[in-house]
Amino acid sequence: MRRPTYLDYNATAPVRPAVATAMADALATVGNPSSVHGFGRAARARLETAREQVAALVGARPAQVVFTSGGTEANNLALTGAGRERVFVTAVEHDSVLKATAAETIPVDRSGVVDLGALERLLAARPAPALVAVMLANNETGVVQPVAEAAHIAHEQSALLHCDAVQAAGKMAVDSAALGADLMTLSAHKLGGPAGVGALIVADHVHLAAQQRGGGQERGRRAGTENLAGIVGFGVAAEIAAAELGAMAAIADLRDDLERRAMAAVSGAILFGREARRLPNTSCLALPGVTSELQVMALDLAGVAVSAGSACSSGKLQPSHVLRAMGADATTAASAIRISLGWRSTADDVDRFLEAWCALAARSGAVGRLTAA
Amino acid sequence: MNDVAKQTDGRNQPTLPIYLDYQATTPTDPRVVAAMLPYFTEKFGNPHSTSHSHGREAAAAVEAARHQVARLIGADEREIVFTSGATESNNLAIKGALRFKGETRRRVVTYVTEHKCVLESARRLGEEGVEVVLLPVSPDGLVDLDLLARTLDERPTTLVSVMAANNEIGVVQPLAEIGALCRARGVLFHSDAAQAVGKVPIDVEAMKIDLLSISGHKIYGPKGIGALYLRRRPRVRLEPLFDGGAQERGIRSGTLAPPLCVALGEACAIAGAEMAAEAARLRQLRDRFYRGLTRAVPEVVLNGDPEHRLPGNLNIGFPGIDGQALLAELPELSLSLGSACTSAAVEPSYVLKALGLPDALANGSIRIGLGRFTSEADVDFAVDRLTSAVRRLRGAAPSA
Repeated sequence: MRRPTYLDYNATAPVRPAVATAMADALATVGNPSSVHGFGRAARARLETAREQVAALVGARPAQVVFTSGGTEANNLALTGAGRERVFVTAVEHDSVLKATAAETIPVDRSGVVDLGALERLLAARPAPALVAVMLANNETGVVQPVAEAAHIAHEQSALLHCDAVQAAGKMAVDSAALGADLMTLSAHKLGGPAGVGALIVADHVHLAAQQRGGGQERGRRAGTENLAGIVGFGVAAEIAAAELGAMAAIADLRDDLERRAMAAVSGAILFGREARRLPNTSCLALPGVTSELQVMALDLAGVAVSAGSACSSGKLQPSHVLRAMGADATTAASAIRISLGWRSTADDVDRFLEAWCALAARSGAVGRLTAA
Repeated sequence: MNDVAKQTDGRNQPTLPIYLDYQATTPTDPRVVAAMLPYFTEKFGNPHSTSHSHGREAAAAVEAARHQVARLIGADEREIVFTSGATESNNLAIKGALRFKGETRRRVVTYVTEHKCVLESARRLGEEGVEVVLLPVSPDGLVDLDLLARTLDERPTTLVSVMAANNEIGVVQPLAEIGALCRARGVLFHSDAAQAVGKVPIDVEAMKIDLLSISGHKIYGPKGIGALYLRRRPRVRLEPLFDGGAQERGIRSGTLAPPLCVALGEACAIAGAEMAAEAARLRQLRDRFYRGLTRAVPEVVLNGDPEHRLPGNLNIGFPGIDGQALLAELPELSLSLGSACTSAAVEPSYVLKALGLPDALANGSIRIGLGRFTSEADVDFAVDRLTSAVRRLRGAAPSA
């Protein structure tokens, strides 16, 4: 049997072989990075090399990198640790930003792009120490936000800008300083590293209160023995992702081909965020009349792995808050699926997806006339 | 005994430097590494993506691991929450229980010899208006049960947190007695068992433990994974530390790392199968170490109760000697003065101070941690080097 086609890279990406090798190597050594003996110092050296590699991926300095257990922890640490009185988040943020703290919502337009005018008005309405959270690229639609512009507006009002770059890093060039991000979240397992590791990039002027307390690791900003092998893997993955950003052009070609053929084959299909700048690897497609769950199940049976929105919520049945914020009605939002490509994706994967999805569309008959794929 | 230990036993000369810091961290067991590696590469699915086969494969592995963890401590798998490590587990248990809405007692009782992350969590709660009671321990490091009972009878208390085994002196607390005492008063009992799980038998039912913290890298698993046992009957309720995708039944958001979960499960399974034999072997090695040392060097103090103690732990004071100077004399041995988190600090161990040791003796104490891959040859070599170093330093010291 053929290995199923995996088109769910925004949920998690397979670990790069060099990453697995580096982690296996790290796991074969002993040493707590906080210990002062030779084993501890060797572990510390590995940790600091990884810190440099991760910093380099987003144009930060190593001292600005705080390693965490993942994107969720980093987002929560940023929003609560910054200790700002008012917090503004875009309507399309990941749940780990939306639910981190009591926050006011900044709307997005129909293409999924944050309404900067609304942000300006919200900030001006009541001056108070504030933090604005704008993700770099959305996990469901791939829509890229004007983070630099949002940062400019935030800084005019002395607010901090937090940028969740979990989905963007490794898929597009990211420069935290050029974007004006005071805080930036990264996750290893979205870019070919292991699950269980992430980072918060903290600009020098930001005072961050630790949330997880204890032994004072990560310069007092995040206690707990560091996930050494995972961090080593994160570093190697970051280095490979930076070196191979050019390969994203080929992935964009595959994705564009998939979208062109899908839209041509199924006349009623909807492509979310198509007017906006998007990540090169993500498509969010709706097949009106066929629920997301049914599509994902049918594709799974055909050996194709995609998802209905984000992985965290894949067990739940509510329509995507991202698509709803873009003005999609509940029924349309509940008929959308996410296809996300990555470093191992091939033209054959795209063909297998289209074959199964177009067949489903034809069977369902709910979308009107079908044209030849 | 495992393969690696057999290999080391077969050698006449130990590999240098010798690792004697098993309370700081342990080598990942090769069997654990073998179990986890496939989940990085060919079985890479997100365990929360259960709508497709990649995700279901990862989810099944996570659940099997959860079962293995539960089994080691006599729990149900639904009572296990995976975390990033014992620091997170301890923060979650203590802050989570006290911050839970509807929790009105707002009082936590713990001990001065707890790990930093327990003390810091309690301190943070103190800033939030919670009454924090820090109790002393006896000179042998053990909890005074009468004092605990009296303290709990003073006022309604939310939670008592007592570590199962101390990270510096290895003292194992009377968990069943503490549990009975807490249960009788309707107080939650949390135990930081990072150092104890897999080393000494733990049974959350028999010991009446409500919350228990587990660390992967202290039991031959990797760093970056831990677990929190959370009693279902009667149900213990917690406020999460952070929010997001509501994984782990809403208690702990964030994508689970299947390789790490699998590793913790495997480490627990191995510990469960080999604990008795391993403990006997380590106790023998530890006694050999102590006997060898006390025969060769006069004036040696064993810190902490000699009986109620982890099989692989010694904490030894050398009156008149500075611990830093002693370690500097021993480049072939990887030892520490105390907790790794505070290794870089210069002040004497707060744990040893809590036993009533004067600064000079606390400063002249070292922690020796033996473990799965320590051999008899390692012990003999270490005793020899330690003995010479102590003699050198004492000879060099001006006579009192």
